[in-house]
Amino acid sequence: MQITVNGTSHEVTAAPDTPLLWVLRDELNLTGSKYGCGVGVCGACSVLLDGLAARSCQTLLADVGEAQIITIEGLASPDALHAVQQAWLQHQVAQCGYCQSGQIIQAVALLKEIPQPTDAEIDTAMAGNLCRCGTYPRIRAAIHDAALRLAVTP
Amino acid sequence: MSLGQALPHDSARLHVTGEARYIDDIALPAGALHLAFGLSDTAHGVIESLDLAAVRAAPGVVAVFSAVDFPVMPDCSPSAHDEPLLAVDRVHYAGQPVFLVVADSHLAARKAARLGKLSCQALPALLTLDQALAANSRFETGPVVWQKGDAAAAIAGAARVVEGQIEIGGQEHFYLEGQVAAAVPQEDGDMLILASTQHPSEIQHKVAHALSLPMHGVRVEVRRMGGGFGGKESQGNALAIACALAARATGRPCKMRYDRDDDMLITGKRHDMRISYRAGVDATGRVLGLEFLHLVRCGWAQDLSLPVADRAMLHADNAYHLPAVRIESHRLRTNTQSATAFRGFGGPQGMLGIERVMDHVAFALGLEPLAVRRANFYGGRSVRAGASGGDISAEKKPQTTPYLMPVTDFIGHEVVAALEESAAYQARRAAIAEWNSGSPVLKRGIALTPVKFGISFTLTHLNQAGALVHLYQDGSIAINHGGTEMGQGLFQKVAQVAAGVFGVDLARVRIAATDTGKVPNTSATAASSGSDMNGMAVRAACETLRGRLAAFIADKHGVEAASVRFAGGRVRVAGEVYGFAQVVNWAYLARVSLSATGFYATPKITWDRSRGAGRPFLYFAYGAAVSEVVIDTLTGESRILRADILHDTGASLNPAIDIGQIEGGYVQGAGWLTTEELVWDAKGQLTTHAPSTYKIPACSDRPAVFNVALWGRKNPEDTIGRSKAVGEPPLMLGISVLMALSDAVAACGDGSVYPGLDAPATPERVLAAVRRVRHV
Repeated sequence: MQITVNGTSHEVTAAPDTPLLWVLRDELNLTGSKYGCGVGVCGACSVLLDGLAARSCQTLLADVGEAQIITIEGLASPDALHAVQQAWLQHQVAQCGYCQSGQIIQAVALLKEIPQPTDAEIDTAMAGNLCRCGTYPRIRAAIHDAALRLAVTP
Repeated sequence: MSLGQALPHDSARLHVTGEARYIDDIALPAGALHLAFGLSDTAHGVIESLDLAAVRAAPGVVAVFSAVDFPVMPDCSPSAHDEPLLAVDRVHYAGQPVFLVVADSHLAARKAARLGKLSCQALPALLTLDQALAANSRFETGPVVWQKGDAAAAIAGAARVVEGQIEIGGQEHFYLEGQVAAAVPQEDGDMLILASTQHPSEIQHKVAHALSLPMHGVRVEVRRMGGGFGGKESQGNALAIACALAARATGRPCKMRYDRDDDMLITGKRHDMRISYRAGVDATGRVLGLEFLHLVRCGWAQDLSLPVADRAMLHADNAYHLPAVRIESHRLRTNTQSATAFRGFGGPQGMLGIERVMDHVAFALGLEPLAVRRANFYGGRSVRAGASGGDISAEKKPQTTPYLMPVTDFIGHEVVAALEESAAYQARRAAIAEWNSGSPVLKRGIALTPVKFGISFTLTHLNQAGALVHLYQDGSIAINHGGTEMGQGLFQKVAQVAAGVFGVDLARVRIAATDTGKVPNTSATAASSGSDMNGMAVRAACETLRGRLAAFIADKHGVEAASVRFAGGRVRVAGEVYGFAQVVNWAYLARVSLSATGFYATPKITWDRSRGAGRPFLYFAYGAAVSEVVIDTLTGESRILRADILHDTGASLNPAIDIGQIEGGYVQGAGWLTTEELVWDAKGQLTTHAPSTYKIPACSDRPAVFNVALWGRKNPEDTIGRSKAVGEPPLMLGISVLMALSDAVAACGDGSVYPGLDAPATPERVLAAVRRVRHV
């Protein structure tokens, strides 16, 4: 089966009912997307499918089709981090870091849909991405910051 | 000087690019196998038969182990040798591992593990505190009792007696990275273990024991964890031991990662407790005598329950001077997961007990809760003249805790006064009362609670740490220490310590993965002591090396070593200025040793556990929080509207990291006391074993207004940079949320019935409390 990840086409051999997360991690060695709960509730496995955030642990390989898959590894350009990643650094969001690739992916999807989100819109969009370290205040601040960065240089 | 700067976490860039590697991200050598446990679904029973034929026949299965395969079953316990890796003869809780599957993929192992047929003759299962107490099922021969003065007499002579009890639920760690370990066989029978653990030395010890190897035959490495919170202090032992045994049996690398459901079903959680209290008070709410009864649900094995229950007792006073007090603690053995360490280690439960007493006393006497709290505070060492509230008489001798430790560093008065003002507590309290009078359905509440948390391991010998520091000939610096990184920023803080000693930029300093081959006999990264102890050990090693460099370069210039200065990446000696790397290189060429160890043993600690007396802590960390909440009296739902926190981390090693710990600790503490509810069914099955049924705080649960400030004064004790530990204390700031909910519920009634809100204060519990105070 053929899938497109971070702009590169890959031939993968996993069974069609394999969750995309394990194809990414085990077959393509893209380990930035994490296993958290396996039931699509914690958000640690989030990737972008055609720009929309999806839970890769609940997305079957067979259902990916020709969608463009972007993982945390594919977010930055060769010379610069993505604005959301930059904001994450600026606000020192991460503690243990494990959930953060999923948080960042979710935030990228949010800002694509709502370029200047309110606090309430951030809460709604991010409510499915759990962080046990409790970095939520900084996630909110970083998303607002990223929104400004993207407004200046989209 | 890098100490005290708000520099980013050392892995920050790796965290945001997905490059930070956790155990499951590390590629193992070819041929690696994957493990899964088959679990008991019986809470207590005698194993009659275990049919594993279908497991062995399942696709991909390489080996299957159960009790019959081990002449002596390896043990996983960190304390009492009472945790067999796999159940032998009996099962003691639903979720206990009974057999071990080794397969060529994670999925194959998991699928095969579902095919075992375990038949048990069920025995009566003790699931609740009451059942265990009635059956006298406990650890130790009887309750532990510590007392100061004659509490019963003081209560008998008091003007008022306030009594009650509070149920305090447990808490699932829900580290986002679940338990995981891997074992890679080495030559001559040695074993390399990669583990997500707070305690590499214990993993080394337990694996060595299971393999009948000396400890030097096992090396454990951990670069980082995806969260620990105490849940990886002992609960990772089983995975590492299983991997090591399977790796030895097959000769192939083995990895084990619990899926979330298994993780929640198998591993221990925070101890749930019931605390009963009887307080004799005077008309101002001052406690004259107090009796506490702690019932602690420890689960099936001893694990760390004894020191956890001890720490609950050690925090039964929190910030309050109790002239006469008796604390009785029952450590009850039940047929449930073995409760374990969790951020605060019993301290939060003990502290919640006394905060409940303060809240109840204030209600019973019709007094303002903060005034009652102040009336009971320890006498401060330096109470400012005119500080509001409290009638603090200057006492010559410092007051003592219930365990007879003099409290000499108390800053509760000052911290609370500052927070009261910055959070506009009194004005908001009045405004809320006004608002409530016009709001029949929604009711608001507010509370200010303090924190005083003791810092040091209560098992005295654990208060030691080691470090190994290398200077390479290019001037780069490599550091190893015994602490583990779980997101708390320990590595960054320690790197800042090292850079400060050498006067160099942080870019020169690399902290490598924690490795039992580099620093031996380490203590768990726990008890909030990671930076305190490892920072000191690293500083000692760095100072040794700096001393050698200074002696060498001073000798070349014919001056005293003490006159050499290291700053700004340069070395100044006898009017000359050299680059740090240049001096290191010269020292190398001159055959100066450029490697040193460092060691630290926490001073001043004396603790007699049997008497419950002494100085178990080097110092106390303080803080206070104001929480404002709103409840819906029709549904019981609640929301935190605003939180204001002032917290004491001494002279902070890194304010950005410390504030992150405080924010996260508060959120985690609030979750524990509101939404996080563990439910076992009548058969002892945990029914809340996934995030779909167990609710930890989400982005939308953090307070809309969240103000956090650091107290910022130096620690009077000689700690690293005069800082204070920050890992656990902020969790207990979340107690203010439960007390604010109590305040909101009280606003629904006529003042005759105390809300008596149990934890977690779920919507069901809030609704029940509202009905209670309304006499419905």
